[in-house]
Amino acid sequence: MRVALFITCFNDTLFPQAGRATVQLLERLGHTVDFPEEQTCCGQMHFNTGYQREALPLIHRFVQIFSQAEVIVAPSASCVGMVREIYPLAAEWFGDQRLLEEVQALSPRVYELSEFLVYRLGLEDVGAYYPHRVTYHPTCHSLRFLRVGDAPLRLLRAVRGIDLVELPEAEECCGFGGTFAIKNADTSLAMLNDKLRNIMGTRAEVCTAADNSCLMHIGGALHRQRAGVQTVHLAEILAATEGENRA
Amino acid sequence: MSEAPDNPSSKRALPAFPVAASKALENAQLRRNMRKATSTIREKRTRAVAEMPDWEELREAGHRIKENVLRSLDTYLLELEASVQAAGGQVHWARDAQEANDIIGQIATKHAAREVIKVKSLTTDEIRLNSALKARGIEAIETDLAELIIQLAGEGSSHILVPAIHKNRAEIRELFLKKLDVDQLTDEPRDLTNAARSHLRRKFLSTPVAISGTNFAVAETGSVCVVESEGNGRMCLTLPRVLISVMGIEKVIPTWQDLEVFLQLLPRSSTAERMNPYTSIWTGVHPNDGPQEFHLVLLDNGRTRVLADTVGRQALHCIRCSACLNICPVYSRTGGHAYNSVYPGPIGAILTPQLLGLERAGSLPYASSLCGACYDVCPVKINIPQVLISLRGQVVRQKQRSRRLRDRTNPEAIVMRVIARIFANRTRYEQAQHLAQIGQLPIKHGEFIEKLPGELGNWTIMRDMTAVPPQSFRDWWRTHQQEQNRPEDKSE
Repeated sequence: MRVALFITCFNDTLFPQAGRATVQLLERLGHTVDFPEEQTCCGQMHFNTGYQREALPLIHRFVQIFSQAEVIVAPSASCVGMVREIYPLAAEWFGDQRLLEEVQALSPRVYELSEFLVYRLGLEDVGAYYPHRVTYHPTCHSLRFLRVGDAPLRLLRAVRGIDLVELPEAEECCGFGGTFAIKNADTSLAMLNDKLRNIMGTRAEVCTAADNSCLMHIGGALHRQRAGVQTVHLAEILAATEGENRA
Repeated sequence: MSEAPDNPSSKRALPAFPVAASKALENAQLRRNMRKATSTIREKRTRAVAEMPDWEELREAGHRIKENVLRSLDTYLLELEASVQAAGGQVHWARDAQEANDIIGQIATKHAAREVIKVKSLTTDEIRLNSALKARGIEAIETDLAELIIQLAGEGSSHILVPAIHKNRAEIRELFLKKLDVDQLTDEPRDLTNAARSHLRRKFLSTPVAISGTNFAVAETGSVCVVESEGNGRMCLTLPRVLISVMGIEKVIPTWQDLEVFLQLLPRSSTAERMNPYTSIWTGVHPNDGPQEFHLVLLDNGRTRVLADTVGRQALHCIRCSACLNICPVYSRTGGHAYNSVYPGPIGAILTPQLLGLERAGSLPYASSLCGACYDVCPVKINIPQVLISLRGQVVRQKQRSRRLRDRTNPEAIVMRVIARIFANRTRYEQAQHLAQIGQLPIKHGEFIEKLPGELGNWTIMRDMTAVPPQSFRDWWRTHQQEQNRPEDKSE
């Protein structure tokens, strides 16, 4: 299958390793990856913060750039959520019928990585080897907006060598929320504190998730605290094989 | 309460949520109380809902009934008025809080009441009824235990269902010893309740005028429904001679049959019970049975303005169950006072700004990480995240159209515009990426940045920031492509 990679501005700039891992994984599974280089950003940060008019050109751009792709995959539940759940809303709010039709045609072809692997390709064992103690944080976007269900867990369980430990109060928001972490810093930190406490309690070496946004927030605090616990994106764990076990 | 920030007769802005929340978060006792109370009720609600095989259908039905009501609100309200009048009740239309208070005050004065007894009603809190009556020399006595507690303590409610959620029993015991006619008291719940009960029983039997809110009012029959846990409502609704019920206009439902949906949705979502211990429904007046005079006060107070917002109007579906409060990671840590409004939590974040205006409550739509847990539990499927985003858009546009230069050129707006321009063009975007890689060098330590400038410094108070790696994904991709396209070395 030809898969168009939607890298997301966030991963492209700050977490390229998640993109590299996604490419390596998909190629290992026998698919061809395209990277439409014109892509920049889906507009989520702007739209959700209230700058909807400013986001509109970015929405149009995205739709146009990916309109011909057969299948689009992103290592980010929040950005896929933006395209599938918010783009139709944006089209309605701006009364743009043409955009709405384009978005409705595009949506069914856009997948977050774990839902692509499990629900579209029907895979759970992707040939990964990752001998570490890992706990999984279900991000709010993957859990509630995309409803990926237990796809990430099914994939993780099939990873050879992994010691997967359940995260208590997993479904509680980590407190990132985009600009929320800046505008409501103290509340964000109070939420983060509980998430960290739960992660540390699992004695995991690694906390993983489908979104680098949450992981940047969680990992940033873990690093500041010199906790000795790392955050690694799901794609990197799934891409890891023998002789490549880096935490 | 008359000094509280969301007073309808004031123009003052509410204290900014980040500031109020920050203060509340420091209160360790509050944090403990909130955590215990919300986690307990959350688990109970999950169990109560899991018993219902058709819960999702019920939610959808509740949503559609409310949607339908809002689309034809004028018709249903007129039908309700006719039905109530036909059953011997009187209907009053109040444009705003002041009109409602005048209407109610006049009825109470007409009956020479120095005291009135009250069933817990958020709507009466919203209009500041108690202080308006006090100004007329009439004392409103709260009969709901939690409302009694906060009335005695002189505080505001911090939860729409459990107003004294921020108090534990030791604190309540101290309060009762000080304010009620008791000499000694333990902090056992039974003891505390009995003290309140004796105090209230005297009031129920002697006060001729009662005031309640309205959970649902049936247009078809003119019936009004109030649900409660303690029985004080039942006392107030049956013993006095005169009953006044205040009702937000969005509380009307079309038919008696529709109660079936809401009376299943509400108890399981709010107190996590299969049915409210007391469900009272009455229609008009009946000779020698119950109140001989019934007044229904229909309250607008900003609701028709909310109705005009096609996205925001779903906030009027709310049946005041508080499931969203209990599951909200923000509310369960900050408590309700931080919202400075009669309606706190997720529903408050979308309703208060719409009722009071965004100029007064513009920080509330941002009091959320958009986690979506509230939407999942809302029994009438209010898409709270969607409304929050819409209201944020209105806040931003208001600033952009403001006459104040300070609003139009606020730093956030400038940065957002600049970033949008960068993202709109691939070359500019890639240049910005390379610029960031270089520009961060002075503040980068290894793979992290320990202090960000300006408002972004909020991030680095407690977190390191991931530094921009030296090679972006797309730069790696280009080399990856070149490697892919190289002719393969045949080593055989």
